Amino acid sequence: MKRWPLTGPGLTYLTVFMVIPLGLVLSYAFLRRGRFGGVVDEPTTENFTRLADPLYADVVLHSTWIAALTTVLALLIGYPTAYVIAGLPRRRQTIALIAVVLPFWTSFLIRVYAWIVLLSGPGWLNKALRAIGLGPVDVLYTDAAVVTGLLYAYLPLMILPLYASLVRLDPQLREAAANLGAGPWTSFRTVTLPLTVPGILTGCLFVFVPSFGNFVIPELLGGGRSVLVGNLIRDQFLKARDWPFGSALALALLAVLMVLLLAQAWAARRYATR
Amino acid sequence: MRHRLLVKMPFWLTYVFLYAPVVVLVAMSFSAGRSPYAFEGFSLRWYGELAGDDEILHGLVNTLIVAAGSAALSTVLGTLLAVGAGHDRRSRLLDAVTLLPAVVPDLLLAIGLLVFYAAVQLTLGLHSVLLAHTVFGTAFVAALVRTRLAHTDPSLEEASRDLGATPLTTFVRITLPSLVPGVAAGALLAFTLSVDEFVIAFFTAAPTEPTLPVVVYSMVRFGVTPEINALATLLLAVSFTAVVAAQRLTRTTTRGAPEAIG
Amino acid sequence: MRGMRAVGAVATGLALLLLAGCGEQGSQSNGGPDALDPKADITEQSLTVSIWDGYSPEDLPERVKNDLGVPVKIAHHATNEEIMAKLTAGGAGSDSGIDVAFVSGQYAQALNEAGLLEPIHADLIPNLKNLYPEAQQLAYDKDNTFSVPYTWGTTGICYRTDLVEQAPTSWNDILKPPAALKKKVTMMTTERWLALPALKVLGHSVNTTSDKELTDARALLLDAKKNLLAYDDTTFGDRLTKGESAMAEAWDGWCPTSDPKIKFTVPKEGSDLWVDTMVVLKSSKNKEAAHALINYILDPEIHSWAAENILYKVPNKAAMEQLDPKVLEANAPLRMTPAELLKGESIVDVGDSAMKYTRLSTEVTAGS
Repeated sequence: MKRWPLTGPGLTYLTVFMVIPLGLVLSYAFLRRGRFGGVVDEPTTENFTRLADPLYADVVLHSTWIAALTTVLALLIGYPTAYVIAGLPRRRQTIALIAVVLPFWTSFLIRVYAWIVLLSGPGWLNKALRAIGLGPVDVLYTDAAVVTGLLYAYLPLMILPLYASLVRLDPQLREAAANLGAGPWTSFRTVTLPLTVPGILTGCLFVFVPSFGNFVIPELLGGGRSVLVGNLIRDQFLKARDWPFGSALALALLAVLMVLLLAQAWAARRYATR
Repeated sequence: MRHRLLVKMPFWLTYVFLYAPVVVLVAMSFSAGRSPYAFEGFSLRWYGELAGDDEILHGLVNTLIVAAGSAALSTVLGTLLAVGAGHDRRSRLLDAVTLLPAVVPDLLLAIGLLVFYAAVQLTLGLHSVLLAHTVFGTAFVAALVRTRLAHTDPSLEEASRDLGATPLTTFVRITLPSLVPGVAAGALLAFTLSVDEFVIAFFTAAPTEPTLPVVVYSMVRFGVTPEINALATLLLAVSFTAVVAAQRLTRTTTRGAPEAIG
Repeated sequence: MRGMRAVGAVATGLALLLLAGCGEQGSQSNGGPDALDPKADITEQSLTVSIWDGYSPEDLPERVKNDLGVPVKIAHHATNEEIMAKLTAGGAGSDSGIDVAFVSGQYAQALNEAGLLEPIHADLIPNLKNLYPEAQQLAYDKDNTFSVPYTWGTTGICYRTDLVEQAPTSWNDILKPPAALKKKVTMMTTERWLALPALKVLGHSVNTTSDKELTDARALLLDAKKNLLAYDDTTFGDRLTKGESAMAEAWDGWCPTSDPKIKFTVPKEGSDLWVDTMVVLKSSKNKEAAHALINYILDPEIHSWAAENILYKVPNKAAMEQLDPKVLEANAPLRMTPAELLKGESIVDVGDSAMKYTRLSTEVTAGS
């Protein structure tokens, strides 16, 4: 069978609806904005010089920090969870995994909305705190609320790859380590952890990427007080009508992600060959 | 023992973290009052209001149309892509093409499509969302079918050809049946991803034809309403049923597939 | 076989795209101010109307269908900026699918300059006579040439009498609230209204284009941000009712004064006069029905019913005189007279300088 009639439609489709649109964004970043939106055909690099403005550089930096914090927290929470799941009997593993994914299947926006109800001043978190004689805390509309929301939204994306790499581990390796006199901590550090690095890297990428470009959670849980790069891009298109600058920002976002992707691929390969 | 407990604690805390919001939403969906912060007696009032909310129903219908359409289109395109690449596991082009929609942030794809539709002067509507969702749908279907393909035995196809079957016959009788679980899983994934997709729909839907996530977004922005609790509970019930059904389905199809080939 | 079907699907998709493109170009070439046909059968037409959520009575479509025979589809936008983005996405000549849009005066002015609006055919809207004379002399569009006012009002401070120690009298009460109200205040982010409190405190015009004045305003706004609960253009009333906040920069009509604990005040430094208008898009293929809808809304019966539903003042003399006294009694902002309103400074479009306001709002919301 010839390949082209089979791959042709799909490749054409993805070219028209993905490659060309992304190419448009790339080219718009080098044009001037029209007053009422759209672009004017005048080449310029001012959109990129504007990126260097400390205001926007700060936003990119702040977003990187928020996404990184979310990723680290997801790893700290996700790893022990995945570790315990991987050690469960087979049937219970499936149940535990489904239980991780199930809230993920309601609706992204509803999951975000739930945290408004939980974190707001008169909300359930403060009710719970008061019941044990603490609080109240003002969490909603702070960075803490944004990180909580992101963590909640993307934690399963950390747990699943970690579980996949943990469950593939040969239990005999750990036994061997134990037989050689290694304590549980030493055997974890020298055997389990290094062997699950690819899973860790994948999980980190899966959490970092959507956190970094998110604009819904900062808006709804951050009260519009903290602007992340996703909000800035959204606003250039849907508020300020400055498509060229929005495109330049989007390219900056893509550049950061590409660097991360390459770093991840490099690290994964290094660990694979060890 | 101490070590066990130390490890198990975060495990249980994770589930508390994952389910606390869900429990609050489900419980509050049965509260008679309007306040989301106090339970004021059992009532099904919000389910009634939800059933009578034209905006939500309109959004739901739109979402189902988009999800079904894009899942169908994605399944065809993605399956063909994967089969076209055949057992060739090292197809660089295909790797790139199927990976790209998964790593390109949804926001970037959303603005790309927005400027693209504006450039070709396509009037936004439901079709614009459907076409957009097919991009990532195709990629995910192709990826799943390829994984499945990598696990099938090429010698079966060779045997079929050696026995004089035409390529088409071989494809229809050998390759296709072995791919069924992959295709089904891909279609299901494309459908569910489309149902919950917000960012791209937000940018590419016509203001008159919002999908359900876009409706929910504007509701949340205009304040907290208990109808959303009822909606959340229903969605949870549906996805729970779907997960259980899918679990059953994959178990029977994976068991059934080898028999079909044999 | 399956390959063929997929090729067919893609081909159909592409063909649709091309057709859509051609269709657009077709309509573009015969653009220009068409003469409308006063005898056109509007029941053959249908309307898509974009309006703020909660800004028209919920049963408006049914009423219009019953009374005019025109099917109406309602789309919602959350902010002026959102609808502007949708309307301008394809540039002049593109069709957003919207026939009638509700936007604030300065945005109507910008849309008109962009060539996206159909001139108002006054002969098709006899009910224009019901408007206050003042409402036909508004700065952004004298004589209602491309827009028809729907509601008008001013921006002020909406507050909980039981949660503030002293009733606010100045924009400084929002910008520099007492310690007890830290994180209990919300402000608006839509460009011009974000700048308004600071500009008024500094004694500048709300339409200023001076870089110096805007920079000064930015400093004040960044200071104020430290004490804010959130930026909120849509749910500030809700938050006040729930007690999440105690004071909000607010449009008069969205201040829930029907709650006896909540009051509205216009600060002593003065404020604006804003007008939300109805405009007909040039791309509309249902312009006669669009005019009929506007005429229908200006009917005293209907316009007063709208005012009672959304609790905003309408610039319709005949309608205001018909307002239910009980509703007037319960909602103080409704009782402001046109003369009082006109003390506010009219917000107008500032042309290319609009970008300065966009930038200011980005700088304030992103800055710290």
